[in-house]
Amino acid sequence: MLKVSGVYKTFNKGTVNEKKALNGIDLELKAGDFVTIIGGNGAGKSTLLNSICGVFPVDRGSIVIDGNDVTSLPEHKRAKYLGRVFQDPMMGTAADMWIEENMSLAFRRGQRRGLKWAITNKERAMYREMLSQLGLGLEDRLSSKVGLLSGGQRQALTLLMAVMRQPKLLLLDEHTAALDPKTAATVLELSEKFINENKLTAMMITHNMNDAIIHGNRLIMMNEGRVIYDVSGQEKKELTVDDLLKKFADLSGAALDNDRMLLSK
Amino acid sequence: MQTFLSSLPGPIAQGIIWGIMAMGVYITFRILDIADLTVDGTMGTGGVTLVVLVAGGMNVGLAMLIAFLAGCAAGLVTGIFHTKFGIPAILAGILTQLILYSVNLRITGQRSNVPLSVDKYALMLSLRNLSRAILVSALFAAAIIAIMYWFFGTELGHSLRATGCNQNMARANGINTDNNKMIGLVLSNGLVALSGALLAQYQGFADINMGRGAIVIGLAAVIIGEVLLGKVFKNFALKLLAAVFGGIIYYIVITLVLQMGLNANDLKMLSALVVAVFLGIPYWQKKLRERKSNKEVRGDA
Ligand SMILES: Nc1ncnc2c1ncn2[C@@H]1O[C@H](COP(=O)(O)OP(=O)(O)O)[C@@H](O)[C@H]1O
Ligand SMILES: [Mg+2]
Repeated sequence: MLKVSGVYKTFNKGTVNEKKALNGIDLELKAGDFVTIIGGNGAGKSTLLNSICGVFPVDRGSIVIDGNDVTSLPEHKRAKYLGRVFQDPMMGTAADMWIEENMSLAFRRGQRRGLKWAITNKERAMYREMLSQLGLGLEDRLSSKVGLLSGGQRQALTLLMAVMRQPKLLLLDEHTAALDPKTAATVLELSEKFINENKLTAMMITHNMNDAIIHGNRLIMMNEGRVIYDVSGQEKKELTVDDLLKKFADLSGAALDNDRMLLSK
Repeated sequence: MQTFLSSLPGPIAQGIIWGIMAMGVYITFRILDIADLTVDGTMGTGGVTLVVLVAGGMNVGLAMLIAFLAGCAAGLVTGIFHTKFGIPAILAGILTQLILYSVNLRITGQRSNVPLSVDKYALMLSLRNLSRAILVSALFAAAIIAIMYWFFGTELGHSLRATGCNQNMARANGINTDNNKMIGLVLSNGLVALSGALLAQYQGFADINMGRGAIVIGLAAVIIGEVLLGKVFKNFALKLLAAVFGGIIYYIVITLVLQMGLNANDLKMLSALVVAVFLGIPYWQKKLRERKSNKEVRGDA
């Protein structure tokens, strides 16, 4: 479903701020894979997801989604294959627009946007039904401005918008990190539910090693722009947090420097 | 008071015409979150294009259409500068504004002022007949509000709103934000040129400098409308209407302060200061709120 081959990305090349964020990433995901990603601060996790989305062009390598080489496509043209939830709850929705307007924008991802009326009554009924799955009471607030919602509500809505078009690939970048523990758990549960129900292929960055172990069928660990550990199946299920910390120390020759990650151990 | 009341129809007509301009500014400033300075040139482009075409024998309606399209073209140039050349929007607008100065002089044949007598041509409106001028400009404003209400309710219109509101979100949902900014700039400047074409007919001439400071008047109209009517006018069509009312109120106030003896040359300074203060208010409010919540947090600790 996804094939990332030999991808390199350096920021601010040739300046004092030069930063090699991705150092030759090779990664292949089968349809239905749910991969959790962990790694230290600045390991290149977000850069990997952003490269797949086309937020910036990569220096070298290729990215193929479901047989389509998207390496040179601009961000908005890749969007039809992707669903994304960002770390910042403000990023994934348009604050000044209503809930139903945001949903209708997401519903037209990958479609031509013409001079037809933006929301039909039939859609409205569908949105209400979808929102009720969130269990947050948003189904009665279709014409509330998204800016009035809490961070957790916004993130749940963003998640719904990310999956409503059955993306080839769902990308979650620490999407619960900014939420309080209870809301974070709810949003994570919803993510798991949507991924399972729709048999989505997904990648989830998390700083919570327990979550990384519990969720998904495969786990990768990144360090200095490389994938240093890639585990799946039974072996992954049997991992413990201590195993992961030890693995990291062995493979990178240093202790894990993700403070938030250690805290959430 | 008597003289003031009897002098009202003029500012009302002018205010509606500038309200149309303000609706153009609304598209860039409020919907796309871009401060577009092209409009200072586009207002003149609309005016001189209309005058020269009508004086050359063209039907007024057709001339207005062409003036509108000329404005659209100016917006397209700014859009290309901004999205294809990567020039910041404000600078892109200033560059086009400068280009338009030369273009406008070309259109007039290097004259800084071109007359258009209502006695000679079948104009749609003129300050000679103020009630008709108010009626015609109000009809234009109403039609534009209706069209904009429709357009911003369409799929494309929604994608423009999303572009202005959150570009990351827009692109993640497959929206071509560069194209949308261009569409917005094109429509906005088209409206501004149309307003210039109406203004030229109203005053019976077009002047190379008729758009100088137009952005400030447009912003003033938008802001006055929001401050006075924002609480009651929530619907998009009403928000546009508020901008038109803002234009009317602006011109009535201007007339009043002029009658009170203010030097006409000081007007621009006054308008600019008023706009600066009104733009500052939401910023100061935010600062105050932050300081307050900051204190509360420290108080708790
Ligand atoms: N847009 C950018 N410009 C410059 N440097 C960046 C940019 N994005 C990320 N980086 C740098 O690249 C490295 C990898 O960042 P990132 O992928 O965000 O790490 P993480 O694994 O914590 O998500 C970091 O050193 C970061 O500072
Ligand atoms: Mg990150």
